[in-house]
Amino acid sequence: MSNPDRFHTIVTTVENKPGVLARVSGLFARRGFNIESLAVAPTDDERFSRITFTVDVESAPLEQVVKQLNKLINVVEIQELPPEECVSRELMLVTVAADAHHRRDLMELIDDWRAYVLAENTERIMLSFSARTARLDEFEECLRPFGIVELQRTGRVALPALD
Amino acid sequence: MSNNQQMCGGEALVKALERAGVEVMFGLPGGAILPVYDPIIDSSIRHILVRHEQGAGHMAEGYAHATGRPGVVMVTSGPAATNVVTPLCDAFLDSVPMVCITGQVPYAAIGTDAFQECDTTGITMAVTKHNFLVTEAQDIPRTIRAAFHIATTGRPGPVLVDIPKDIVDPVNPRSAMTWYEATDADMDLPGYHPITQGDPELIRAAAEMIRTAERPVLYVGGGILKSRAAEALLQLAEMVQIPVVTTLMARGAFPDSHDLCLGMPGMHGNFTAVTAMQKSDLLISLGARFDDRVTGKLDGFAPDAKIIHVDIDPAELGKVRRVDIGIQGDCRLVIEDLTTAMREIGGTDAQVDRGAWRSTISGWQEKFPLVYEQSELGERLKPQYVLEELRDNNPADTIVTSGVGQHQMYASQYWKFDYPYTWINSGGLGTMGFSIPAAIGAKVGKPDRRVWAVDGDGCFQMTAQELVTASVEDIPIKVALLNNSYLGMVRQWQEMFYDERFSEVYLSEQTPDYVKWSEAMGCVGIRVESPEEVAPAITKANEINDRPVVVEFRTDPRENVFPMVPAGKSNSELVVDPSQQGLEP
Ligand SMILES: Cc1ncc(C[n+]2csc(CCOP(=O)(O)OP(=O)(O)O)c2C)c(N)n1
Ligand SMILES: [Mg+2]
Repeated sequence: MSNPDRFHTIVTTVENKPGVLARVSGLFARRGFNIESLAVAPTDDERFSRITFTVDVESAPLEQVVKQLNKLINVVEIQELPPEECVSRELMLVTVAADAHHRRDLMELIDDWRAYVLAENTERIMLSFSARTARLDEFEECLRPFGIVELQRTGRVALPALD
Repeated sequence: MSNNQQMCGGEALVKALERAGVEVMFGLPGGAILPVYDPIIDSSIRHILVRHEQGAGHMAEGYAHATGRPGVVMVTSGPAATNVVTPLCDAFLDSVPMVCITGQVPYAAIGTDAFQECDTTGITMAVTKHNFLVTEAQDIPRTIRAAFHIATTGRPGPVLVDIPKDIVDPVNPRSAMTWYEATDADMDLPGYHPITQGDPELIRAAAEMIRTAERPVLYVGGGILKSRAAEALLQLAEMVQIPVVTTLMARGAFPDSHDLCLGMPGMHGNFTAVTAMQKSDLLISLGARFDDRVTGKLDGFAPDAKIIHVDIDPAELGKVRRVDIGIQGDCRLVIEDLTTAMREIGGTDAQVDRGAWRSTISGWQEKFPLVYEQSELGERLKPQYVLEELRDNNPADTIVTSGVGQHQMYASQYWKFDYPYTWINSGGLGTMGFSIPAAIGAKVGKPDRRVWAVDGDGCFQMTAQELVTASVEDIPIKVALLNNSYLGMVRQWQEMFYDERFSEVYLSEQTPDYVKWSEAMGCVGIRVESPEEVAPAITKANEINDRPVVVEFRTDPRENVFPMVPAGKSNSELVVDPSQQGLEP
């Protein structure tokens, strides 16, 4: 992810109906827009869900993406958030190898990065870490030498920045 | 029908269609939709039984084009649903209002690969404006209302409603429902709010840009017809005295016989329409979408032109070509407001002098009219001549539908369209086989009008079976079959761009026998081989009104459509008729 400004976040509020995610992802596929990351979750109003995308604005004309999304009948609202105007976070769950040999180094790293230990046994530690996407990438690199056993990221979510 | 009456979902569906104003629908029954066909027997809706579901779809389109009312299709699940995919896509690309009801396997069986199950909403997602899978009988009235609302408002388009069998089948308790007259509030469409009124500030800015343009062109598309704006357009054009080009989808939206009309632009547009756009300093695009068949190679298109673009669909504004002023709104409303704004800044008198532009244009018109070489005695008929004779031997309000290919281009070029809603064709998808079913739909919608389907031999063989429908249902359309024994348009490309290496384009000169085939389908069949037979055959066809007529014109297989902008080339590289090549504009 060389140039972070390339990635804009689009927060859509959609009707909570079957098939809506298929409509949205189908639209992206059909129009040749690449989705960098995608997060879907219910909102506080059960009629609606929120789909948060990150799209590479160098690969797709953002205005067309938004206008085409808007044409979907089930899309109720669209918020377009350039990187400088939003606070975004992504969550990572990761299980790392942690034998007696390397355990101390790993624990130090976890402390430095303010990650959380969710579970552990004699061979492995499971962590959670939430931050900006770029920080997740960096942390992942730091963990790699220890041996990443399993890793999952959620895709980013975002809210407009406070002024 | 009083609210709160207990009924079955099937009855409710038919009732809801009646309440939506449906007078006619096109369809064919089968297992999953059977329970809905029972209440149709007692309904006021005329059902036209087609021979193939694709025919039903194109009939609905023809009906919608001709009347402005949504076309309605009803078919069963599985193969029937897949058979309507082509017309749905056709209607989607040409913004035709259409509601398609498909049967579906019972709700509980969905996802089990049940007999004749297919994922209809999944398959049609990309070719409809919207689709619904109805899961409860109680939702039927509100879904039908929403379907018609979506199909007919904003940018019109096809909407599909998939109905599982259990919710319409009286033997199934899940079909029980309490009738209600659905209102707008019942539709529950929180994400759908089409904007129709244009922004007044942008309209004022557009008026000023138009006033001072030296070489403006009104570039009008199918949106004029969809928004019923032909009258408003005429007023605007006459007030500002700006020439008009009418795209393939807008033929008839502005009268061809009007002094300001330049005719069709695009790949097979006439020299003046294409060149006026190329040289223009302002294109005023009204309900058109800068299709590649109009623009040619995009970066060579109208290089000096500023763009005012009016469209009901904001996604069209700037999609293809950067706009200087983009106005979202209904074409008719925006044109009316624009006309008012033009009047406020001085109307006709305030326009800059465009004498030079006008004389340049009329110079082109004189030098580069549409031409073709008339056949010599004993030679094959020219398709253009057939079109001229058809035009001259029919009233101006005749509805003309067409298939896709050379015959379509000849029809669009040589017919004189002076009334809106007289030209019906498949523009965006270019669907071979469109003309006959579309003509049937148009004739059903406008029974008092003469309807001619201009067809090619390739196209005819794709949907001719609907002539059986026309005979049996007493829908006396007329078909002008331009039989050149070839997939002519493809042949033309192979001749021009593939070194005359003809690959799989020859159909046959002997087979089928179109006269016999037509007669077998209950039509009158007439064969025409020489120029002097053309007019009498047309007259004869026009005298027959108790059944469909097919006139097979045996035309010259080597004839090509000119002018032509070769695919991928700029419009400045328009190739004119061989007889005009070398002339200096
Ligand atoms: C369903 C479909 N298949 C293929 C094509 C490609 N195509 C465009 S024009 C054409 C030839 C049409 O032949 P015919 O109906 O005889 O018309 P002609 O060009 O000879 O007038 C073909 C094959 C198409 N447009 N639609
Ligand atoms: Mg042919």
